[in-house]
Amino acid sequence: MLKYLSRRLLFAIPTLIAISFVLFALLDLAPSDPTGSLPITIPPEVRQEIRESLGLDEPFLIRYVKWMNQFFINEPLNLIDKILDPNDTTPSSRLRVLSWQQRSPVVDLIVERIPQTLWVVGFSYLVGILIALPIGVISAYKQYSWFDQIGTFISMVGFSVPTFFTGILAITIFSVALSWLPSVYDTTHEVTDFSSLWFQIKQMAMPVLVLAFYNAAQLSRFMRASVLENLNLDYVRTARAKGLKDRAILIGHILRNSMIPVVTMIALGVPTIFGGAIVTEQIFRVNGLGALLIDGIQAADIPLVQTLTFVFAVLIVLFNLVADVLYGILDPRIRYS
Amino acid sequence: MALNVRNEQALHSARIHPSPWMIVWVAIRSHKGALVGAGVFAFIILAVTIGPILYTVDPQVPDVSIRNLSPSLAHPFGTDNLGRDMLAQVLSGGRIAIAVGFTAMVLSLVVGTAVGVLAGYFKWLDGPLMRLTDLFLALPLLPLLLVIIMLFRDTLRAAFGPEMGIFFLIVFVIGITSWMQTARIVRGETLAVKEREFVLAATSVGTSGMRIVFRHILPNILSPVMVSATLGIANAIITESTLSFLGLGFPPDFPTWGRLLFDGANFISITPVRVLWPGLAISLTVLSINYIGDALRDAVDPRVRNE
Repeated sequence: MLKYLSRRLLFAIPTLIAISFVLFALLDLAPSDPTGSLPITIPPEVRQEIRESLGLDEPFLIRYVKWMNQFFINEPLNLIDKILDPNDTTPSSRLRVLSWQQRSPVVDLIVERIPQTLWVVGFSYLVGILIALPIGVISAYKQYSWFDQIGTFISMVGFSVPTFFTGILAITIFSVALSWLPSVYDTTHEVTDFSSLWFQIKQMAMPVLVLAFYNAAQLSRFMRASVLENLNLDYVRTARAKGLKDRAILIGHILRNSMIPVVTMIALGVPTIFGGAIVTEQIFRVNGLGALLIDGIQAADIPLVQTLTFVFAVLIVLFNLVADVLYGILDPRIRYS
Repeated sequence: MALNVRNEQALHSARIHPSPWMIVWVAIRSHKGALVGAGVFAFIILAVTIGPILYTVDPQVPDVSIRNLSPSLAHPFGTDNLGRDMLAQVLSGGRIAIAVGFTAMVLSLVVGTAVGVLAGYFKWLDGPLMRLTDLFLALPLLPLLLVIIMLFRDTLRAAFGPEMGIFFLIVFVIGITSWMQTARIVRGETLAVKEREFVLAATSVGTSGMRIVFRHILPNILSPVMVSATLGIANAIITESTLSFLGLGFPPDFPTWGRLLFDGANFISITPVRVLWPGLAISLTVLSINYIGDALRDAVDPRVRNE
């Protein structure tokens, strides 16, 4: 197991380097000019100076190595400094990846936005899981019953209808027509007392439920299929033959086994939290990572977009690894050698 | 006489090895959801292809005197904030959305099948190609799509005109970022088919690798490829409308369903039905395709077929 893990980790490094190179090259080779959005009254020699100040006149490979140095060496070192001495507020002397638009370190911007994304999008993932698992189990256990028929239909709908439509539909109904819930998420809102907590719940309700519905639809289909696969296996018949109650078989045997692929699926889905955040945050105006990315793209803020996209890639690689390891831990039949 | 024998043989082999289209038809017919789905999808295709011929209102002509209307007999879907007819816009937007869906699916299918067959058939290509697939699977696709479109939009518009430029760009980016699942499935199937006796027989009479791939392997892996194709259209339509919804897809003067939804979202307090039509169109299309895909997968999946 340890050997497998270390091999996978070693393999993840070239993958990530390849991805970072692809992202960097793509953004670099693109024909768009970073100073193109500046006013046209700026004379060409000033424009050239701006390009130089952004470090654009250096060759591609040098800029790539510098970015790697800043992202992989300087930023982790800064982080370690911060952990060792949290009271030290003097800015670090190490060169950091700077956003062109905001003039502040990209990593700080990302850290600033993570809580909002995690609160709304991460929470909706949890809610989605909690809805999906029981529905999937009951649907499979009572296959072809009315519960299963309705459940499968709703999950098919939830899986097919894009979140940007369900989101806008929810805003139209609950904000515009009924005016029960706010349509814009206020990130500056702080929970201090009961009424502000109630407001927080109200403003989170729509984004969380819209995304939870979508996640639950996908996961419950998967859960249902996984339980169905296990229902007719020999060990279930054995358990029944030795006189176990149906409920005990379902919870103690079938559920435990059918959760194995589902847990893997849940782990694999974690990076999509952040991907899905792009759309959801756009609908409900949540000020999170997705909004940061869209802002960066619209302002052609290349260092920000590069770094943020790479962070997404790191998450995908990391959770692929987590899923594989979990699979090995949960299923004793799988031996990594 | 010889002809008769050959006909009979053909009929016999058709019974044992039904053609892929036969499998599709049987799968859809025996699945209630898929039957309804196929009906709805056929209706949508007909509506967006023939619809603009029958309903001759120009979707692009603004008329401020009739702006922000609710549905009426003259304008069944209402009008937008510039007084353009929504039904005409939804019909013409659907043409683009579905054209993007089909073209992107074909591109992703060609790339995926090529990578999968090459990796499965030629052992020395297996490692590199599968690593490439893994690499693509680890890319954050939506951010990447947005970035590519932002960077290359203006260049392609200049090269191919505002409409075709963005069409090529979107089809291309969706196609090259969605082939990985197809490649994996095709590789697995190719590995299995490659070991069968008829391939051995073909190899032993000296058939070239390319010919074996095209004559023997591809026809035998058609069924899973078709399932991928069906789900690929749905995926491409969703991706295109997501991009357009984020404002990085088709421009407002050339709107698809996603763009109509994006533009309508600013007017939900005035004309809430405006977001309903494009949203319903996307949802119904994807839902019906997914039902067809489900039925096809059941038909192709050997575990289900044996029961």
